[in-house]
Amino acid sequence: MTDRLLVGTRKGLFEIVRRRGGWGVGETQFLGDPVTAVFARGTATYAALDLGHFGAKLWRRAGDGAWQELTAPAYPPKPEDASDDPHPWSLGRIWAIEPGGVAGRLWAGTMPGGLFRSEDDGDTWSLNAPLWHMPDRRKWMGVAGGEQPGISSVLVNPHNPADIRLGISTAGVWATMDTGESWSLINHGMYNEYMPPEQAGSPIAQDIHCLARCPAHPEIMWCQHHNGVFHSTDAGHTWHEVTTIQPSKFGFAVVAHPHDAGTAWFVPATKDERRVPVDGKVVVARTRDGGHSFDVLRDGLPQSHAYDLVWRHGLAVDDSGDRLAFGSTSGGLWISENGGDSWAALEARLPPIAAVRFAVM
Amino acid sequence: MPTVAFTSALQRFLPVPATQVAGATVHDALAVVFASRPALRSYILDDQGVLRRHVNVFVNGDLIHDRVRLTDPVRPDDEIYVFQALTGG
Repeated sequence: MTDRLLVGTRKGLFEIVRRRGGWGVGETQFLGDPVTAVFARGTATYAALDLGHFGAKLWRRAGDGAWQELTAPAYPPKPEDASDDPHPWSLGRIWAIEPGGVAGRLWAGTMPGGLFRSEDDGDTWSLNAPLWHMPDRRKWMGVAGGEQPGISSVLVNPHNPADIRLGISTAGVWATMDTGESWSLINHGMYNEYMPPEQAGSPIAQDIHCLARCPAHPEIMWCQHHNGVFHSTDAGHTWHEVTTIQPSKFGFAVVAHPHDAGTAWFVPATKDERRVPVDGKVVVARTRDGGHSFDVLRDGLPQSHAYDLVWRHGLAVDDSGDRLAFGSTSGGLWISENGGDSWAALEARLPPIAAVRFAVM
Repeated sequence: MPTVAFTSALQRFLPVPATQVAGATVHDALAVVFASRPALRSYILDDQGVLRRHVNVFVNGDLIHDRVRLTDPVRPDDEIYVFQALTGG
Protein backbone atom coordinates (compact mmCIF):
# COMPACT_ATOMS: atom_id res chain seq x y z
CA MET A 1 0.00 0.00 0.00
CA THR A 2 1.17 3.50 -0.74
CA ASP A 3 0.25 6.48 1.42
CA ARG A 4 1.52 9.10 -0.99
CA LEU A 5 -0.09 10.26 -4.20
CA LEU A 6 1.34 12.74 -6.70
CA VAL A 7 -1.06 14.94 -8.64
CA GLY A 8 0.22 16.99 -11.56
CA THR A 9 -2.09 19.82 -12.52
CA ARG A 10 -2.38 22.80 -14.83
CA LYS A 11 -1.18 24.93 -11.93
CA GLY A 12 1.33 22.90 -9.99
CA LEU A 13 2.23 19.64 -8.26
CA PHE A 14 0.25 18.53 -5.25
CA GLU A 15 1.26 15.71 -2.95
CA ILE A 16 -1.73 13.98 -1.42
CA VAL A 17 -0.89 12.03 1.72
CA ARG A 18 -2.82 9.61 3.86
CA ARG A 19 -3.03 10.58 7.50
CA ARG A 20 -5.03 9.22 10.37
CA GLY A 21 -8.08 11.22 9.39
CA GLY A 22 -7.90 10.33 5.71
CA TRP A 23 -6.28 11.76 2.60
CA GLY A 24 -5.29 15.42 2.47
CA VAL A 25 -3.10 17.84 0.57
CA GLY A 26 0.51 17.78 1.70
CA GLU A 27 3.33 19.62 0.00
CA THR A 28 2.66 21.87 -2.98
CA GLN A 29 5.31 22.65 -5.60
CA PHE A 30 5.55 24.64 -8.84
CA LEU A 31 2.35 26.51 -8.03
CA GLY A 32 1.15 28.20 -11.20
CA ASP A 33 3.10 26.00 -13.62
CA PRO A 34 1.64 23.14 -15.70
CA VAL A 35 2.90 19.71 -14.57
CA THR A 36 2.64 17.14 -17.36
CA ALA A 37 4.15 13.99 -15.83
CA VAL A 38 5.06 12.76 -12.37
CA PHE A 39 6.96 9.79 -10.99
CA ALA A 40 8.26 8.89 -7.54
CA ARG A 41 10.50 5.96 -6.71
CA GLY A 42 12.15 5.43 -3.36
CA THR A 43 13.23 8.81 -2.07
CA ALA A 44 13.28 10.50 -5.48
CA THR A 45 10.35 12.40 -6.98
CA TYR A 46 10.24 13.64 -10.58
CA ALA A 47 8.04 16.31 -12.11
CA ALA A 48 7.91 17.38 -15.75
CA LEU A 49 6.79 20.94 -16.39
CA ASP A 50 5.51 22.63 -19.51
CA LEU A 51 6.27 26.28 -18.99
CA GLY A 52 4.73 27.34 -22.26
CA HIS A 53 6.85 30.37 -23.08
CA PHE A 54 10.01 28.83 -21.74
CA GLY A 55 9.66 25.20 -22.76
CA ALA A 56 9.44 21.79 -21.12
CA LYS A 57 11.53 21.23 -17.99
CA LEU A 58 12.37 18.34 -15.71
CA TRP A 59 12.84 18.58 -11.96
CA ARG A 60 13.82 16.04 -9.34
CA ARG A 61 13.61 16.07 -5.59
CA ALA A 62 16.15 13.91 -3.86
CA GLY A 63 15.69 12.42 -0.43
CA ASP A 64 16.83 15.58 1.34
CA GLY A 65 13.78 17.48 0.12
CA ALA A 66 15.54 19.90 -2.24
CA TRP A 67 14.11 20.23 -5.75
CA GLN A 68 16.71 20.47 -8.49
CA GLU A 69 16.23 21.26 -12.16
CA LEU A 70 17.74 18.55 -14.35
CA THR A 71 18.88 18.96 -17.93
CA ALA A 72 15.73 17.99 -19.79
CA PRO A 73 15.83 15.56 -22.71
CA ALA A 74 16.90 17.42 -25.85
CA TYR A 75 16.66 16.53 -29.53
CA PRO A 76 19.83 16.41 -31.62
CA PRO A 77 20.61 18.95 -34.35
CA LYS A 78 18.24 18.52 -37.28
CA PRO A 79 20.22 17.40 -40.32
CA GLU A 80 19.84 19.03 -43.71
CA ASP A 81 18.25 15.94 -45.23
CA ALA A 82 15.43 15.99 -42.67
CA SER A 83 13.83 19.09 -44.12
CA ASP A 84 10.77 17.07 -45.12
CA ASP A 85 10.14 16.00 -41.52
CA PRO A 86 6.75 17.47 -40.58
CA HIS A 87 7.57 17.35 -36.87
CA PRO A 88 9.91 19.65 -34.95
CA TRP A 89 13.21 18.40 -33.59
CA SER A 90 12.70 20.08 -30.26
CA LEU A 91 11.21 18.97 -26.97
CA GLY A 92 7.54 19.92 -26.83
CA ARG A 93 6.34 18.09 -23.73
CA ILE A 94 7.48 15.31 -21.42
CA TRP A 95 4.40 13.09 -21.31
CA ALA A 96 5.61 9.99 -19.47
CA ILE A 97 8.41 9.19 -17.04
CA GLU A 98 8.78 5.47 -16.39
CA PRO A 99 11.22 3.22 -14.55
CA GLY A 100 13.41 1.05 -16.76
CA GLY A 101 13.62 -2.03 -14.55
CA VAL A 102 17.36 -1.53 -14.04
CA ALA A 103 19.02 0.57 -11.33
CA GLY A 104 19.27 4.17 -12.51
CA ARG A 105 17.33 3.65 -15.74
CA LEU A 106 14.38 5.85 -16.69
CA TRP A 107 12.46 6.27 -19.92
CA ALA A 108 10.78 9.50 -20.97
CA GLY A 109 8.05 9.60 -23.59
CA THR A 110 7.76 13.00 -25.21
CA MET A 111 6.15 15.16 -27.82
CA PRO A 112 6.98 15.38 -30.72
CA GLY A 113 7.46 11.61 -30.50
CA GLY A 114 10.96 11.00 -29.21
CA LEU A 115 11.72 8.36 -26.61
CA PHE A 116 14.57 9.22 -24.25
CA ARG A 117 16.59 7.01 -21.93
CA SER A 118 18.56 7.82 -18.82
CA GLU A 119 20.94 5.46 -17.04
CA ASP A 120 21.73 7.85 -14.19
CA ASP A 121 18.39 8.59 -12.54
CA GLY A 122 17.64 11.42 -14.94
CA ASP A 123 20.88 13.39 -14.77
CA THR A 124 21.47 12.85 -18.50
CA TRP A 125 19.24 11.68 -21.35
CA SER A 126 19.78 10.30 -24.83
CA LEU A 127 17.29 10.06 -27.68
CA ASN A 128 16.41 6.56 -28.85
CA ALA A 129 17.73 6.87 -32.40
CA PRO A 130 16.23 3.69 -33.96
CA LEU A 131 12.69 4.87 -33.27
CA TRP A 132 13.27 8.52 -34.11
CA HIS A 133 15.02 7.79 -37.40
CA MET A 134 12.41 5.33 -38.63
CA PRO A 135 11.14 6.69 -41.98
CA ASP A 136 7.54 5.92 -41.06
CA ARG A 137 7.75 8.42 -38.20
CA ARG A 138 6.95 11.13 -40.73
CA LYS A 139 3.46 9.57 -40.98
CA TRP A 140 2.78 9.99 -37.28
CA MET A 141 0.01 12.48 -36.55
CA GLY A 142 -0.44 15.11 -33.89
CA VAL A 143 -2.93 14.83 -31.07
CA ALA A 144 -5.50 17.18 -29.62
CA GLY A 145 -4.01 19.61 -27.14
CA GLY A 146 -0.79 19.64 -29.10
CA GLU A 147 0.00 19.65 -32.76
CA GLN A 148 2.68 17.02 -32.29
CA PRO A 149 2.62 13.24 -31.92
CA GLY A 150 3.33 12.07 -28.41
CA ILE A 151 4.45 8.95 -26.58
CA SER A 152 1.96 8.68 -23.76
CA SER A 153 2.66 5.15 -22.52
CA VAL A 154 6.00 3.41 -21.89
CA LEU A 155 5.48 -0.05 -20.41
CA VAL A 156 8.48 -2.11 -19.37
CA ASN A 157 8.10 -5.82 -18.64
CA PRO A 158 9.07 -6.12 -14.96
CA HIS A 159 10.56 -9.54 -15.68
CA ASN A 160 12.57 -8.43 -18.72
CA PRO A 161 13.66 -4.79 -19.01
CA ALA A 162 14.50 -5.24 -22.70
CA ASP A 163 10.80 -5.87 -23.46
CA ILE A 164 8.99 -2.53 -23.83
CA ARG A 165 5.71 -1.39 -25.34
CA LEU A 166 4.93 2.19 -26.38
CA GLY A 167 1.55 3.77 -26.89
CA ILE A 168 1.68 6.73 -29.27
CA SER A 169 -0.93 9.28 -30.21
CA THR A 170 -1.18 8.93 -33.11
CA ALA A 171 1.05 6.13 -34.28
CA GLY A 172 -0.18 2.89 -32.73
CA VAL A 173 1.52 0.42 -30.39
CA TRP A 174 5.24 -0.18 -30.79
CA ALA A 175 7.35 -3.00 -29.36
CA THR A 176 10.98 -3.67 -28.70
CA MET A 177 12.54 -6.82 -27.27
CA ASP A 178 16.10 -5.46 -27.28
CA THR A 179 15.87 -2.30 -25.13
CA GLY A 180 15.08 -0.10 -28.08
CA GLU A 181 17.70 -1.27 -30.58
CA SER A 182 14.88 -2.20 -32.94
CA TRP A 183 11.15 -1.51 -33.01
CA SER A 184 8.09 -2.98 -34.64
CA LEU A 185 4.50 -1.79 -34.96
CA ILE A 186 2.33 -4.51 -33.50
CA ASN A 187 -1.27 -3.40 -33.11
CA HIS A 188 -2.95 -6.04 -35.25
CA GLY A 189 -6.71 -6.07 -34.71
CA MET A 190 -7.21 -2.43 -33.86
CA TYR A 191 -9.30 -0.27 -36.12
CA ASN A 192 -10.48 3.30 -36.11
CA GLU A 193 -13.59 5.08 -37.21
CA TYR A 194 -12.05 8.49 -37.60
CA MET A 195 -10.01 7.84 -40.73
CA PRO A 196 -11.08 7.16 -44.30
CA PRO A 197 -12.28 3.52 -44.64
CA GLU A 198 -9.18 2.34 -46.44
CA GLN A 199 -7.10 3.62 -43.51
CA ALA A 200 -9.26 2.16 -40.73
CA GLY A 201 -7.02 -0.82 -40.09
CA SER A 202 -3.76 0.97 -40.78
CA PRO A 203 -1.54 0.17 -37.79
CA ILE A 204 0.14 3.56 -37.80
CA ALA A 205 -3.18 5.44 -37.80
CA GLN A 206 -4.35 4.09 -34.42
CA ASP A 207 -4.81 6.75 -31.75
CA ILE A 208 -3.65 5.08 -28.54
CA HIS A 209 -5.05 7.21 -25.74
CA CYS A 210 -3.48 5.02 -23.07
CA LEU A 211 -1.95 1.56 -22.66
CA ALA A 212 -1.80 -0.58 -19.55
CA ARG A 213 0.10 -3.80 -18.87
CA CYS A 214 -0.39 -6.16 -15.96
CA PRO A 215 2.95 -6.19 -14.09
CA ALA A 216 2.54 -9.77 -12.87
CA HIS A 217 1.33 -11.00 -16.26
CA PRO A 218 2.97 -8.69 -18.80
CA GLU A 219 1.44 -10.55 -21.72
CA ILE A 220 -1.88 -9.00 -20.64
CA MET A 221 -2.41 -5.53 -22.06
CA TRP A 222 -5.29 -3.09 -22.27
CA CYS A 223 -5.78 -0.11 -24.52
CA GLN A 224 -8.12 2.82 -24.23
CA HIS A 225 -8.17 3.75 -27.88
CA HIS A 226 -9.81 6.86 -29.30
CA ASN A 227 -12.34 4.54 -30.79
CA GLY A 228 -12.96 2.08 -27.99
CA VAL A 229 -11.34 -0.46 -25.68
CA PHE A 230 -9.02 -3.23 -26.84
CA HIS A 231 -7.49 -6.19 -24.97
CA SER A 232 -4.44 -8.30 -25.75
CA THR A 233 -3.26 -11.55 -24.22
CA ASP A 234 -0.05 -11.78 -26.24
CA ALA A 235 1.76 -8.62 -25.14
CA GLY A 236 0.12 -6.41 -27.72
CA HIS A 237 0.73 -8.40 -30.90
CA THR A 238 -2.97 -8.98 -31.46
CA TRP A 239 -5.90 -7.04 -30.04
CA HIS A 240 -9.57 -7.81 -29.56
CA GLU A 241 -12.18 -5.13 -29.16
CA VAL A 242 -13.99 -5.09 -25.82
CA THR A 243 -17.59 -4.18 -26.50
CA THR A 244 -19.05 -4.91 -23.07
CA ILE A 245 -17.78 -1.76 -21.36
CA GLN A 246 -20.45 0.53 -19.92
CA PRO A 247 -21.66 3.25 -20.04
CA SER A 248 -19.55 4.10 -23.11
CA LYS A 249 -16.47 2.93 -24.92
CA PHE A 250 -14.80 6.34 -25.24
CA GLY A 251 -12.32 7.61 -22.71
CA PHE A 252 -8.68 8.30 -22.11
CA ALA A 253 -7.45 6.43 -19.04
CA VAL A 254 -6.89 2.76 -18.22
CA VAL A 255 -4.93 0.98 -15.49
CA ALA A 256 -4.31 -2.74 -15.04
CA HIS A 257 -4.36 -4.59 -11.75
CA PRO A 258 -0.80 -5.22 -10.55
CA HIS A 259 -1.40 -8.94 -9.93
CA ASP A 260 -4.78 -10.04 -11.29
CA ALA A 261 -4.66 -10.61 -15.05
CA GLY A 262 -8.41 -10.22 -15.43
CA THR A 263 -8.83 -6.85 -13.74
CA ALA A 264 -8.59 -3.36 -15.23
CA TRP A 265 -10.26 0.00 -14.68
CA PHE A 266 -11.43 2.68 -17.13
CA VAL A 267 -13.18 6.07 -16.84
CA PRO A 268 -15.65 6.25 -19.73
CA ALA A 269 -16.98 9.47 -21.23
CA THR A 270 -19.28 10.52 -24.01
CA LYS A 271 -17.46 10.25 -27.26
CA ASP A 272 -16.05 12.17 -28.80
CA GLU A 273 -17.31 15.53 -29.74
CA ARG A 274 -18.49 16.34 -26.23
CA ARG A 275 -16.05 14.54 -23.92
CA VAL A 276 -18.04 14.74 -20.71
CA PRO A 277 -19.32 11.96 -18.44
CA VAL A 278 -22.38 10.14 -19.77
CA ASP A 279 -25.51 11.87 -18.40
CA GLY A 280 -23.34 14.05 -16.14
CA LYS A 281 -22.51 11.09 -13.87
CA VAL A 282 -18.89 10.31 -13.02
CA VAL A 283 -18.30 6.54 -13.02
CA VAL A 284 -15.45 4.07 -13.21
CA ALA A 285 -15.81 0.88 -15.27
CA ARG A 286 -14.08 -2.19 -13.85
CA THR A 287 -13.70 -5.61 -15.37
CA ARG A 288 -12.56 -8.58 -13.31
CA ASP A 289 -12.91 -11.22 -15.98
CA GLY A 290 -10.70 -10.04 -18.79
CA GLY A 291 -13.28 -7.75 -20.36
CA HIS A 292 -16.17 -10.18 -20.61
CA SER A 293 -18.22 -8.04 -18.22
CA PHE A 294 -17.93 -4.74 -16.39
CA ASP A 295 -19.06 -3.25 -13.09
CA VAL A 296 -20.03 0.41 -13.27
CA LEU A 297 -18.72 1.90 -10.02
CA ARG A 298 -20.36 5.07 -8.75
CA ASP A 299 -20.47 4.86 -4.93
CA GLY A 300 -19.06 8.17 -3.67
CA LEU A 301 -18.77 9.73 -7.13
CA PRO A 302 -20.85 12.73 -8.27
CA GLN A 303 -24.02 11.61 -10.02
CA SER A 304 -25.62 14.87 -11.04
CA HIS A 305 -24.37 17.60 -13.36
CA ALA A 306 -20.76 16.50 -13.14
CA TYR A 307 -18.67 17.35 -16.18
CA ASP A 308 -15.33 15.96 -15.08
CA LEU A 309 -13.19 14.49 -17.82
CA VAL A 310 -10.25 12.26 -16.87
CA TRP A 311 -7.18 12.51 -19.07
CA ARG A 312 -4.98 9.57 -20.01
CA HIS A 313 -2.65 9.87 -17.01
CA GLY A 314 -5.40 10.86 -14.60
CA LEU A 315 -6.15 7.36 -13.21
CA ALA A 316 -3.77 5.39 -10.99
CA VAL A 317 -3.63 2.14 -9.05
CA ASP A 318 -1.10 1.31 -6.36
CA ASP A 319 0.97 -1.84 -6.06
CA SER A 320 -1.66 -3.59 -3.92
CA GLY A 321 -4.44 -3.21 -6.45
CA ASP A 322 -6.77 -1.99 -3.72
CA ARG A 323 -6.01 1.73 -3.79
CA LEU A 324 -7.00 3.74 -6.80
CA ALA A 325 -7.23 7.44 -7.49
CA PHE A 326 -8.35 9.59 -10.36
CA GLY A 327 -8.41 13.30 -11.04
CA SER A 328 -10.40 15.36 -13.51
CA THR A 329 -10.22 18.38 -15.71
CA SER A 330 -12.50 20.11 -13.21
CA GLY A 331 -10.01 19.52 -10.41
CA GLY A 332 -11.92 16.74 -8.70
CA LEU A 333 -9.88 13.97 -7.09
CA TRP A 334 -11.36 10.71 -5.80
CA ILE A 335 -9.62 7.90 -3.94
CA SER A 336 -10.74 4.33 -3.36
CA GLU A 337 -9.31 1.91 -0.84
CA ASN A 338 -11.31 -1.12 -1.97
CA GLY A 339 -10.58 -1.60 -5.64
CA GLY A 340 -13.11 0.99 -6.74
CA ASP A 341 -16.15 -0.34 -4.87
CA SER A 342 -16.44 3.04 -3.12
CA TRP A 343 -14.73 6.38 -3.48
CA ALA A 344 -14.03 9.41 -1.31
CA ALA A 345 -13.57 12.90 -2.72
CA LEU A 346 -10.53 14.88 -1.66
CA GLU A 347 -11.47 17.98 0.29
CA ALA A 348 -9.93 20.41 -2.16
CA ARG A 349 -10.65 22.17 -5.42
CA LEU A 350 -7.50 21.52 -7.38
CA PRO A 351 -6.55 23.00 -10.76
CA PRO A 352 -7.30 20.86 -13.84
CA ILE A 353 -5.55 17.53 -13.32
CA ALA A 354 -3.25 15.98 -15.93
CA ALA A 355 -1.48 13.22 -14.03
CA VAL A 356 -2.19 11.12 -10.93
CA ARG A 357 0.31 8.59 -9.63
CA PHE A 358 1.03 6.68 -6.46
CA ALA A 359 4.61 6.82 -5.21
CA VAL A 360 6.55 3.58 -5.56
CA MET A 361 8.46 2.44 -2.50
CA MET B 1 29.47 46.36 -24.35
CA PRO B 2 25.80 45.63 -25.03
CA THR B 3 23.52 45.08 -22.06
CA VAL B 4 21.31 41.97 -21.92
CA ALA B 5 18.24 42.11 -19.67
CA PHE B 6 15.58 39.46 -19.11
CA THR B 7 11.89 39.51 -18.29
CA SER B 8 11.12 39.32 -14.60
CA ALA B 9 8.93 36.29 -15.41
CA LEU B 10 12.13 34.29 -15.72
CA GLN B 11 13.32 35.24 -12.26
CA ARG B 12 10.86 32.76 -10.80
CA PHE B 13 12.81 29.90 -12.34
CA LEU B 14 16.42 31.03 -12.18
CA PRO B 15 18.37 34.21 -11.40
CA VAL B 16 18.98 36.32 -14.49
CA PRO B 17 20.38 39.74 -13.61
CA ALA B 18 21.05 42.20 -16.41
CA THR B 19 24.62 41.87 -17.60
CA GLN B 20 27.01 43.56 -20.00
CA VAL B 21 28.58 41.17 -22.46
CA ALA B 22 30.75 41.34 -25.56
CA GLY B 23 29.13 40.49 -28.88
CA ALA B 24 28.42 41.94 -32.31
CA THR B 25 25.12 40.10 -32.83
CA VAL B 26 22.22 39.04 -30.63
CA HIS B 27 23.41 35.45 -31.03
CA ASP B 28 26.93 36.24 -29.86
CA ALA B 29 25.75 38.32 -26.91
CA LEU B 30 23.34 35.64 -25.73
CA ALA B 31 26.02 32.98 -26.21
CA VAL B 32 28.20 34.78 -23.68
CA VAL B 33 25.32 34.86 -21.19
CA PHE B 34 24.55 31.17 -21.73
CA ALA B 35 28.21 30.26 -21.24
CA SER B 36 28.02 31.54 -17.69
CA ARG B 37 24.42 30.36 -17.12
CA PRO B 38 23.96 27.13 -19.09
CA ALA B 39 20.53 26.35 -17.62
CA LEU B 40 19.14 29.60 -19.07
CA ARG B 41 19.67 28.56 -22.69
CA SER B 42 16.74 26.14 -22.90
CA TYR B 43 14.38 28.78 -21.51
CA ILE B 44 15.15 31.13 -24.39
CA LEU B 45 16.03 28.84 -27.31
CA ASP B 46 14.59 25.53 -28.45
CA ASP B 47 16.66 22.39 -29.07
CA GLN B 48 17.71 23.69 -32.51
CA GLY B 49 18.91 27.01 -31.14
CA VAL B 50 15.91 28.90 -32.52
CA LEU B 51 14.22 31.55 -30.42
CA ARG B 52 11.25 29.98 -28.65
CA ARG B 53 7.92 30.74 -30.25
CA HIS B 54 6.63 32.67 -27.26
CA VAL B 55 9.81 34.54 -26.45
CA ASN B 56 10.62 37.89 -28.04
CA VAL B 57 13.93 39.69 -28.22
CA PHE B 58 14.13 43.46 -28.65
CA VAL B 59 17.19 45.57 -29.42
CA ASN B 60 16.66 49.12 -28.15
CA GLY B 61 12.93 48.48 -28.24
CA ASP B 62 12.73 47.00 -31.73
CA LEU B 63 11.87 43.34 -32.33
CA ILE B 64 14.72 41.45 -33.90
CA HIS B 65 14.25 40.20 -37.48
CA ASP B 66 16.14 36.90 -37.43
CA ARG B 67 14.52 34.58 -34.88
CA VAL B 68 16.29 31.54 -36.30
CA ARG B 69 19.95 32.47 -36.27
CA LEU B 70 19.74 35.68 -34.21
CA THR B 71 22.05 37.53 -36.58
CA ASP B 72 20.66 41.00 -35.82
CA PRO B 73 23.67 43.25 -35.15
CA VAL B 74 24.22 45.02 -31.85
CA ARG B 75 26.46 47.97 -31.02
CA PRO B 76 28.37 48.46 -27.78
CA ASP B 77 25.79 50.80 -26.28
CA ASP B 78 22.73 48.76 -27.32
CA GLU B 79 20.29 47.19 -24.91
CA ILE B 80 18.95 43.69 -25.61
CA TYR B 81 15.72 42.79 -23.87
CA VAL B 82 14.42 39.22 -23.66
CA PHE B 83 10.67 39.11 -22.97
CA GLN B 84 7.91 36.56 -23.08
CA ALA B 85 5.13 37.01 -25.61
CA LEU B 86 1.74 37.36 -23.97
CA THR B 87 -0.26 34.14 -24.20
CA GLY B 88 -2.38 31.87 -22.06
CA GLY B 89 -4.50 32.44 -19.00
